[in-house]
Amino acid sequence: MGEFIMEKDLYILGIESSCDETAASIVKNGHEIVSNVVASQIESHKRFGGVVPEIASRHHVEQVTIVIEEALLQANMKPEDLDAVCVTEGPGLVGALLIGINAAKAFAFANNLPLVGVHHIAGHIYANALIQPMEFPLLALVVSGGHTELVLMKNDGCFELIGETRDDAAGEAYDKVARVLNIPYPGGPKIDQLAHESDGAVDFPRVWLDHDSYDFSFSGLKSAVINYKHNADQRGEEINPMHVAKGFQDSVVEVLTAKTLRAAREFNVKQVIAAGGVSANKGLRTALEEAFEKEGIPFYVPPLKLCTDNAAMIAAAGSSMFKAGKRSDLTLNGRPGLELVSWNK
Amino acid sequence: MIWLGIDTANSPLAVAIVKDGQILTAEVTNIKVNHSAGVMPAIEHIFKKVSISPKEIDAIAVSQGPGSYTGVRIGVTIAKTLSWTLQKPLVGVSSLQVLAANAAMFQGIICSLIDARRQNVYAAAYDSTMGLAPIVEDGHYSMLGLLEQLKEIGKPVLFVGHDVDNFWGLIQQELGNSAIRAPYALDLPSAAQLIHLAEQQELPSIDATHTFVPKYCRLAEAEANWLKEQKGKQ
Ligand SMILES: [Zn+2]
Repeated sequence: MGEFIMEKDLYILGIESSCDETAASIVKNGHEIVSNVVASQIESHKRFGGVVPEIASRHHVEQVTIVIEEALLQANMKPEDLDAVCVTEGPGLVGALLIGINAAKAFAFANNLPLVGVHHIAGHIYANALIQPMEFPLLALVVSGGHTELVLMKNDGCFELIGETRDDAAGEAYDKVARVLNIPYPGGPKIDQLAHESDGAVDFPRVWLDHDSYDFSFSGLKSAVINYKHNADQRGEEINPMHVAKGFQDSVVEVLTAKTLRAAREFNVKQVIAAGGVSANKGLRTALEEAFEKEGIPFYVPPLKLCTDNAAMIAAAGSSMFKAGKRSDLTLNGRPGLELVSWNK
Repeated sequence: MIWLGIDTANSPLAVAIVKDGQILTAEVTNIKVNHSAGVMPAIEHIFKKVSISPKEIDAIAVSQGPGSYTGVRIGVTIAKTLSWTLQKPLVGVSSLQVLAANAAMFQGIICSLIDARRQNVYAAAYDSTMGLAPIVEDGHYSMLGLLEQLKEIGKPVLFVGHDVDNFWGLIQQELGNSAIRAPYALDLPSAAQLIHLAEQQELPSIDATHTFVPKYCRLAEAEANWLKEQKGKQ
C-alpha cells in the first residue's frame, strides 16, 4: 500500500480491556489484521441492565490469557515473532483497564518486548486504517457510550478536538431513552431497529447550541423524551415506542450529520470517518453516507466488529505510536480519564 | 528449582525468588503503593538483582486471595500471564494462610485476618500443630461473628496480620487473655512463605493456568443483589 522502502514487517499485539470486552489481536504493518479475538461479556451484564465494573473486572481475569493465546494461535505466531505489545491505557473502567495493562506488562517483560500504552479513542479512529489508508486532513466523528467528539487530524498521530458533547454522550442518551421505552440493555441497536421500521416520528427538538459551535448536547433531547412519556402516562395514553424511537434517532442523527458536514467543509478534509460503538447505528451511517456522497468527500465507517471495542484498533493506533518512537515502561497504569494527545506534531 | 512468588492481595507488595529451598531475594513494601504501577517494576527489579532471566524460573506462586479485589486481581493477572507465556506451572495459595505461616512456630491456633471494612474481615484460623490445618475456613466474616467462632474453640488464639491493630481492642474485649498478639515483625505477607506453602502442593499442569481465578470469598455486590432478587421472584 504505497510503501516504497522495503522495511521489515511490523507485527503488533494489541490488548483491550477498557469496558466489557476482553480482546487481543495481531496487526501487521498497522493496517492488516492477522488475528482478532474478542471475548464479549455482554450476556453476563444483561441481567444487571448495564455494565457492572466489578463483574467486568472478574471476567477480564478469566479471559485475558485465553484471548492472547487465541490471537497468537490464529496468527500462527509466537511471542518472538512480535515487535511490540500495545494496550489500552485509558479512558475506561479503571479496574477493567488494569487487567489488560498488567497482562500486557507481564507478557512484554517475559518476552522482552517493547510496550506502548494506547488511548482508547485513538484506537477507535485507527480502526479505519484497517479498512483503507487514512488520508489527511481527516475528520473523525467519534460516537460511543462515553464519547461524542469531532476530531480533526491534519497528520498521522496528530489530533485536534474541535467539538465534543457538553453533557451526555450520544450512546448514553440511547441507553437512557431505551430505559424509558422499557427496552432491555443494550438498547441502542434496538432503538435503531425500531426507528428503521417506524412509519412515523414524534417531533423532538434539535439542539444546535451556538451557530458556529461544533459541540453537542443530548441531555435536553433525553429530557424531551422523558417528558413526552410522562405526559402520555398522566393522560393515561399509550405511547408508540416506534414513533418515539424514530423521533429521537432523527434528532440525534440530524445534528451529528449536519455538524460533521459543516466541519468537513470548513477544514477542507480529504476523508471523513466515523468511529466508536454508535457508528454501527444504521440510521446514522446511512445519513452520513448520503450527506458525504452528495458533498463528494469520501466517508468511511468500519464494519461492525471493528466499530465495537476490539484490540485490532488498539494495535493499529499502537503501530503508528510505535513507529513514532512512543514507548511505555513497566509503571504503565490504567488512566480512566486519559486525554487524547498527539504523538506526532 | 527456581520459584517466583507474588503477593499483592492487600496493601503490602511482596515478591521473592527462591532457588532449591534458599531465598535468593525477598522484598516486602507496605506504603500503600499502587500495585498496578508497582508490581511489574518490583518483579523486574528482583530478577535483575539476582541475575536471573524470567525464562529460567520453574514455577510461580501467587497469593490467590481473599483480600482487596483489585490487589488480588493484579497479582493473579500477572502470575497467570507469566505462567502461560513462560509455560511454567502456577500455584495459588490462600493469602490468609500466607500470613498465618509467618507465625507457624506458635503451637496452637493462629488467626490471620484482613480488614474488609464496616466491621467485617476476611479471616481464617489454622491449627499449627496439625500443619496449618484450617479450623475456620477462609471467608468473609463479621468481626463479632468470627470472634464468636474463636471463643467456642476455647483455646488461646494468636492473631497475625497488619490489620489486626484495627480490631485489637474488640478482640481483647471478647477473648480476654486467650487473645495473643503476634509481634509486628510477622504481620506482613512474605513471598518466601508463599513459595514455601506452594511447594507443598502438587504442581498443576500448564493447561490449568487459563482457568486460574482469584478466590474472592465474596460475590460481587451486584451479583449478590441480583441473586436476592431472583429468590424473591420464586
Ligand atoms: Zn470503545
